[in-house]
Amino acid sequence: MYLKELCEMDGVSGNETPVRKFIKENIREYADEIFTDSIGNLIAKRKGESSEKKVMIDAHTDEVGFIISGITEKGFLEFKTVGGIDTRVVVSKRVRIGKDSVNGVIGMKAIHLQKKSEREIAPKISDMYIDIGANSKEEAERYIELGDYAAFNTKYQEMSGKIIKAKAIDDRAGCAVLMELIKIKPVYDTYFCFTAQEEVGLRGAKTAAYAIEPDIALAVEATTCSDVGGVKEKDYVTKLGSGAAVSFADNRTIVGRDFCQWLYEKSQKAKIPVQYKAAIAGGNNAGAIHLSKKGVKTASVSVPCRYIHSPCSIADMGDIEAVKNVAELFLLCTNELV
Amino acid sequence: MLLERLTKCAAPSGRESALCDILKAESEKFADEVYTDALGNLIVHKKGNGKKIMLAAHCDEIGVAVTFIDKNGYLRFSSVGGVYVKRLLNRRVVFENGVCGVIDTENDNKELKISKMFIDIGAENEKEAKELVSIGDMAVFDGAYIQQDDIVISKALDNRAGCYALIRTLQQAGDKNDLYFCFTVQEEVGLRGARTAAYEIEPDIALAVDVTDTGDVPGCDKMEVKLGGGAAIKVMDRSIICDAGIRSLLIELAKQSKIPYQLEVMCDGGTDAGVIHTTRSGVRTGGISIPTRYIHSPSEMASLKDIDACIDLLCKFCSYDF
Amino acid sequence: MRQLLEALSSLRGVSGFEYRITDKVLEYFKPYADEVYTDTLNNVIAVKRCGIKNAPSIMIEAHMDEIGLMVTSIDEDGFLSFVNIGGIDTSILPGCEVIVHGKKDFPGVIGAKPPHLQSRNEADKRVKMKDMRIDLGFLGESASELVSVGDAVTLCGEFTPLLGTIVSAKTMDDRASVAALVKTFEALSHIKTEVDVYAVLAVCEEVGSRGAKTAGFSIKPDMAIAVDVTHGITPDNSKNAFELGSGTAISKGPNIHPAMSKRLIDTAKRANIKYTVEVEGGDTGTDAWELQVAGVGVPTALLSIPLRYMHTTVETLDINDVYATSDLLTHFIAGLDSDLEGWLCI
Repeated sequence: MYLKELCEMDGVSGNETPVRKFIKENIREYADEIFTDSIGNLIAKRKGESSEKKVMIDAHTDEVGFIISGITEKGFLEFKTVGGIDTRVVVSKRVRIGKDSVNGVIGMKAIHLQKKSEREIAPKISDMYIDIGANSKEEAERYIELGDYAAFNTKYQEMSGKIIKAKAIDDRAGCAVLMELIKIKPVYDTYFCFTAQEEVGLRGAKTAAYAIEPDIALAVEATTCSDVGGVKEKDYVTKLGSGAAVSFADNRTIVGRDFCQWLYEKSQKAKIPVQYKAAIAGGNNAGAIHLSKKGVKTASVSVPCRYIHSPCSIADMGDIEAVKNVAELFLLCTNELV
Repeated sequence: MLLERLTKCAAPSGRESALCDILKAESEKFADEVYTDALGNLIVHKKGNGKKIMLAAHCDEIGVAVTFIDKNGYLRFSSVGGVYVKRLLNRRVVFENGVCGVIDTENDNKELKISKMFIDIGAENEKEAKELVSIGDMAVFDGAYIQQDDIVISKALDNRAGCYALIRTLQQAGDKNDLYFCFTVQEEVGLRGARTAAYEIEPDIALAVDVTDTGDVPGCDKMEVKLGGGAAIKVMDRSIICDAGIRSLLIELAKQSKIPYQLEVMCDGGTDAGVIHTTRSGVRTGGISIPTRYIHSPSEMASLKDIDACIDLLCKFCSYDF
Repeated sequence: MRQLLEALSSLRGVSGFEYRITDKVLEYFKPYADEVYTDTLNNVIAVKRCGIKNAPSIMIEAHMDEIGLMVTSIDEDGFLSFVNIGGIDTSILPGCEVIVHGKKDFPGVIGAKPPHLQSRNEADKRVKMKDMRIDLGFLGESASELVSVGDAVTLCGEFTPLLGTIVSAKTMDDRASVAALVKTFEALSHIKTEVDVYAVLAVCEEVGSRGAKTAGFSIKPDMAIAVDVTHGITPDNSKNAFELGSGTAISKGPNIHPAMSKRLIDTAKRANIKYTVEVEGGDTGTDAWELQVAGVGVPTALLSIPLRYMHTTVETLDINDVYATSDLLTHFIAGLDSDLEGWLCI
């Protein structure tokens, strides 16, 4: 799997080019057709045993991050968030900015200088800035343009056992899974969609599904996992190490009962660890895909991921393997569903 | 009575098939074609000449979904659709398989939150509970059907009243226009079914048939619609400003046939009309609404006279020579 | 331009009631267009064809609707209750002059309780919309015969020249952009282009970009540029805002096709047109957001005219920024050739 390479790349929503290029280079040989559309989706078609139906399998290439919106006279960068980021995780993190990957750090007034009342409240993005070490606006402008994207600069690392830590596991894990699955011959013609701009509103998947008009679709995602201290079991959503998470519903999609039960039960029979995502929360590309044109039967399967949308998240390789196996079952047995 | 049967059926958003079965059985003999699409919308086609008209009534209702079962057999849940958290305590819920439960909350004297609430189905422990329900199962709120002269009180009049009106209209429909009666799914979670149904049907004209709030109970916000005041012709809600031509036509038809009507400006919430009118290159869309009090409660109240007025107006619309 | 802005801003077409003004808006484009029409939702569309077969197409788009009010009920003594259509700051309403579009157009005033009758803490609070009424001055006449629930109401805000090239009026959002599109069509009528140009004056932007969504779907252009207004710098805010007179603001961010913003910036530099760069990390809150994902997707850009006091009756801008916008649109379109594939490829 290309997980390490993918998770160390920068691809903030709207600027997924490096990720897209890497994926394209490495899957080209397996694809019967491959193209990029206007929003930046990479779509690779793999012919199946039959062309009777069209299958769409989706993973998004983008990650949450920042965009440079201003440069101060002293050469500090003002920025806005791209996608949903908890502003409390932002201060004192390292970022890479722009096409030359300029190093920067996110700064804010030091704790000593904060008033007591300021210390109580969550820091605001508008009070932070990125410091690239420039002495003046002119110097900063030599390296940075307004509209440049900034991404967290986090190394991929193996922790104990099968646990890994990295940024952007949401959804490079999905991309890595799709890059493996394109090597097998599916039952129906399958469109592997590496979609752009999920984090800013499921936008790439919308146009991709429109273009493809699939009969059935599966979104391969990463999802919240809060099985950590201070959280009650009923609020875990998913559990790390307990396998692939099948959604029955989230804020954007209610999955058809037959489809989600099929995924869950079929996987159990195949001895693949699975769990239900135990909350109606969040939303993913399934939301855009299932409402495309006259409607598409759509489900999603996700990798449980702690500290999602932060500079550093944690996942279990066993869960990623499980997600891959569930998705593989889907591609090999789609005929049981449509 | 059909309306009563429709309200009794459990059809939370995304799990409408039981209700669609009843609707299908009721419409089949009047229709040329009946089918279900990828999302589960039930589409009943009555062929005719003239314009292609889509009539949409959503068939889903709000409810809850089980997310966790604890070791003592209590269920935790998420809401499905616009559930008023403050009114959940001690409400009865019914699962699709008939299992009943009661909602209560952890007693911490703080603000009511769904995350603190649970459903008690009387199970002794986790094992027994899991034999009755699974994670992902959905339930609806219980609320008996009561008829008192022209007034009906029941759960899910939103929008079984609309479904009922569509069936009754279908029964009387001629072939003046090409009619699609759509029982749409997943309205309560974001107007989802109507969007894909409208895309497929590609109608010339559409009407959404749903319930609307009234402005005639003590201390409510200003609104002209009254229970018993007739069919409500929609001017605007937060999802659409209705096509001016359709609106005036409905008013004209009501006046001609002496059908009691009133004008509806709904300040909160949207309807299927919203997603239908922005489908493809745009669809001329209006709405006819049934005045209903206490929407999204187990005791929604509507007037049979208003429902009849809506049916009369729908029939006139369907047989209009456009 | 001054006359054009005055004329366009004085048209009264609330979201959903644009049919009142479509004919007039059409007229402005007719002299320069090969075809003008309105679609199902009343979007006005003007087409200028280049005459080349299978030429690529570009859509330039501005919305023609405006925020306003709608009558929700009529008192026995003739006062009207209302709700907003689109995002209105309720604090501008007390004392505001309005036109109620009933059987005919009736002038009205949104009443305010005189200060003498207010209790002390009342004066500190904003009046809620549900507590306001429109007074039509109908004494003893039956208001309910002349005005109906569901009638649209527009706010009054006469065109007022301020110093220099600064002007103020209601509905500069987004009629200033409509004016920029008219000027662009006028300029293009003297130029040979290699692309077909669609000007779309969209309905219902203020309630959720409804018109742009369907127009983008039906026209399926090869690229689109939305034109709207952005915030001007005021004494109380300079962040994410632009000086009046600083030119047209070219947007960047996920909503914008990077090759298009780059080409717009290059064009502006070459033609010496004043511009600034505006950055948004997601939804730009304009029709560009819907256009980008219409159908299989449309490469989309956004130009914005700086404007102070947005969504009030004193929307204020610099005429030169409107010129800068139409100049940039004209140069951009004139510079396009039939090969879009190459430079649009990302």
